[in-house]
Amino acid sequence: MSHAVTEAPAKPVPAKGKPALSEGKRAERRLGLLLCAPAAIVMLAVTGYPIAYSIWLSLQRYDLRFPDERQFVGFENYVAVLSNSYWWTAFGTTMFITVVSVAIELVLGMALALIMHRTLVGRGLVRTVTLIPYGIVTVVAAFSWFYAWTPETGYLANALAGESAPLTEQWPSLWIIILAEVWKTTPFMALLLMAGLALVPDDLLKAASMDGANAWQRFTKVMVPVMKPAILVALLFRTLDAFRVFDNIFVLTNGANDTASVSMQTYNNLIKGLNLGIGSAMAVLIFITVALIAFIFIKVFGTAAPGSDQGGKR
Amino acid sequence: MAIGGAVTTGRKARWALVDIIVVVYALVPVLWIVSLSFKTKETLADGNFIPREWTFQNYADIFATDEFIRPLINSLGISIIATLIAVVLGMMAAYAIARLDFPGKKALVGVSLLIAMFPQISLVTPLFNIERQLGLFDTWPGLILPYITFALPLAIYTLSAFFREIPWELEKAAKMDGATPGQAFWKVIAPLAAPGVFTTAILVFIFCWNDFLFAISLTSTEASRTVPAALSFFTGASQFEDPTGTISAAAVVITIPIIIFVLFFQRRIVAGLTSGAVKG
Repeated sequence: MSHAVTEAPAKPVPAKGKPALSEGKRAERRLGLLLCAPAAIVMLAVTGYPIAYSIWLSLQRYDLRFPDERQFVGFENYVAVLSNSYWWTAFGTTMFITVVSVAIELVLGMALALIMHRTLVGRGLVRTVTLIPYGIVTVVAAFSWFYAWTPETGYLANALAGESAPLTEQWPSLWIIILAEVWKTTPFMALLLMAGLALVPDDLLKAASMDGANAWQRFTKVMVPVMKPAILVALLFRTLDAFRVFDNIFVLTNGANDTASVSMQTYNNLIKGLNLGIGSAMAVLIFITVALIAFIFIKVFGTAAPGSDQGGKR
Repeated sequence: MAIGGAVTTGRKARWALVDIIVVVYALVPVLWIVSLSFKTKETLADGNFIPREWTFQNYADIFATDEFIRPLINSLGISIIATLIAVVLGMMAAYAIARLDFPGKKALVGVSLLIAMFPQISLVTPLFNIERQLGLFDTWPGLILPYITFALPLAIYTLSAFFREIPWELEKAAKMDGATPGQAFWKVIAPLAAPGVFTTAILVFIFCWNDFLFAISLTSTEASRTVPAALSFFTGASQFEDPTGTISAAAVVITIPIIIFVLFFQRRIVAGLTSGAVKG
């Protein structure tokens, strides 16, 4: 507060309808930066530096079992990864799990959102139990599914699988992984969609109803268009999240029978193989893929990046 | 919202049926692991959904061994510390984002969005090596740091959404009465924001409590291994026993806090989850 009041600000502050108070404004800026600094520093230190470091590592031959052979090899690690069939199998597996589980979640999530939004009885109960899959530790849920599908022990294996052991075969395993993913994350999808549903004006639905639109038409012609931004955000969140699938696969199959995801492959290379060069190259490739998915969502589908324009609106 | 038509008993019955389907969907996997945890060793593999013989032996077993108690302490300590730090830092940043005008605001929001969507595995490889060199590998701070980082975007989004709901006028009035912006924050806004802060803390805690990837990659012993990671290393009461019962019991124990949060704070959690993502 010791700044001279006479010292006019050098550049005009973009006033947002408020009077440009030089001193107050400057104090506000300073406080804003100060308040954000700790969060920004932590986030950048724990992500920014490691990202740069992993790009650097990915350009080296660096195997912790043979530390003396560490040397710069350019893009050799990338060539090694991209020409490896295990990587592409994992990539295909991850894509398959992502696309199928997000598609199922969208349908189930929409149904669940409508139920939570409109049910006449037990709304609190439905919302409460819905949060349980969301909140439960993924590994715990994964163990539940694992034992459910273990022959003899499990109720699902006994009821549905007969003599076979589904978690020892590729396709049954993949569907069980998808089942576990869908069970766990549909509630989250539903909650995001429910927030979108709340934005649909009742009047609009009533008007459509007056004009003779049936329930399905009201849903596709009125609700979905209004909810489109919410739907896209939910899809973006879940797609990127599903692409990281790790916990469920680790517990259910440990990546056996070609069920490993890219995260699983990277983990195996790092922790079991101790190969930092290859592991880092995979890490960078996953990062690039995720960035591409986000780019496609935001640019092609026009998903509003959540929060990006919050400052301006409201 | 019933469009046309009164609320009849028939409609209520139909909704009740739908409700029951949802409840079954959500609870069956949870009840199954609870059931497993109460089964005796002899009946563990009988495939019955409801135990034929009930026992507390599995719980007695896990609480008799460091294999579970150490990780439980680690889980609690690491999650609580990370939650506290993330919420305090997030609160400061969210207040600035919601209320103040300053350069770099957009960049901060953008960066936290990037981190929220970042594939965590991509950080595991470099962090593994960095933490080994710094001596942070297999320590509490070694897990707390990445947890804070990935929890911060969640905290900032949820909190700034809550903070926007708080009436501006009160802060102005406080300033009018001579409070500095800092005082306006701690004395006026903070108490009003407490419910939002509390909700955010629950969401962040659930996130930290849930993590498996960092926990299994950045730890190697019971010095810092959390329960989700420890579960996958569980052996029974003795090395040669089938760990199904003990894993189930441990799984139930770490599910209890989540169930309590959900039961008591359902409304707040729903509000917190939806406000951050869709508003704007």
